[in-house]
Amino acid sequence: MMNKHNNTGRPHYLNPYFGGVLLGLLVIATFYITGRGLGASGAVKSSVVTVVETVAPQHAESSPYYSKYIPEDTSPMNNWLVFESFGVLLGGLLSGVVYGRIKKFRIEHGDGISGSKRLIFALLGGALFGIGSQFGRGCTSGAALVGSASFSFGGVIVMLVIFGTGYAVAYFFRKLWI
Amino acid sequence: MGPLIPNEIITGDWNFVIALLIGVAFGFILEASGFSSSRNLAGVFYGYNFVVLRVFFTAVIVAMVGLLYFDYFGWLDLSKIFILPTYLAPMIVGSVIMGIGFVMGGFCPGTSFTGIAIGKMDALVFAIGLFLGIFLFGEGYPFIADFFNSGDMGNVTLTDVTGIAAPWFALGFTVIALAAFWITATIEKKVRKNMTEYKF
Repeated sequence: MMNKHNNTGRPHYLNPYFGGVLLGLLVIATFYITGRGLGASGAVKSSVVTVVETVAPQHAESSPYYSKYIPEDTSPMNNWLVFESFGVLLGGLLSGVVYGRIKKFRIEHGDGISGSKRLIFALLGGALFGIGSQFGRGCTSGAALVGSASFSFGGVIVMLVIFGTGYAVAYFFRKLWI
Repeated sequence: MGPLIPNEIITGDWNFVIALLIGVAFGFILEASGFSSSRNLAGVFYGYNFVVLRVFFTAVIVAMVGLLYFDYFGWLDLSKIFILPTYLAPMIVGSVIMGIGFVMGGFCPGTSFTGIAIGKMDALVFAIGLFLGIFLFGEGYPFIADFFNSGDMGNVTLTDVTGIAAPWFALGFTVIALAAFWITATIEKKVRKNMTEYKF
């Protein structure tokens, strides 16, 4: 049951400016320690390369794209971003435990659409994000956030164009959310 | 002194332990800020929840200013950190595709991982979509390789492209961010008046 006009059952989130400061400090710490930034889509790419290499090794090695990400002596999963992304999952789990947000499997969707419609759009949106992140040389984490923070020209372009496009197309998908 | 691993102050053996710990911190911050909810994230495009803008812009300006100070004090050699390369046209096209994916899917890759962690099926399906999208890209790569590799400008910074020193960009972004925080707070208040069913 949703409660109208009161705050009971309201999820407890960090103050967003505090969360932002923590995230900014984490970006600095990551650069200080590793000389590189955070990322997310890279781990999915490693998973794709691993699956293709396992199922069809010859196809993977002859592909000009997959072959770039197959190391000589180890698995494509033996990669910094894979370990980091596994950490993201654990960190999300930890926060979920701390703030009591871990519940049984559920679909979150806007009031105007069904759960299955939400899943179809989540799948399509994910696929587009996957394709786009390859052309973009990273996603909102590695390119938009970390790229911009380290004054990369491309990073700032990715940030501005992702959010700009989001606003430009939001009207057409409004039924999904409001 | 820094970066520690490239300068071999910490050996490469620690790389994956550090990766895991940094990831845990990243995931915790994202989830605790409310980024495990697609409705929170999509709110930035409809004016009912600007949490994305607040967290994101705060992080960018803190990191920009912080990196400059670390460089100034000699703690971190900014010439040794990785600068994301720029491939102008492919990156613009990719970001347009990602922007559409963001509004349709309600997540981005990192936030979908935290959504999965707390049991959101839509986040899991989004991540499956990511996998399929990258697979499609990999299979279609021979047909788009020329475009994909076009517009290579190298690992250029804003300063390399414009000739304006980095601190001015940090200052500019800070001013824009503060203005955006103030404007969006006003918009959010107006939009939320008409929304009572959604928990922020």
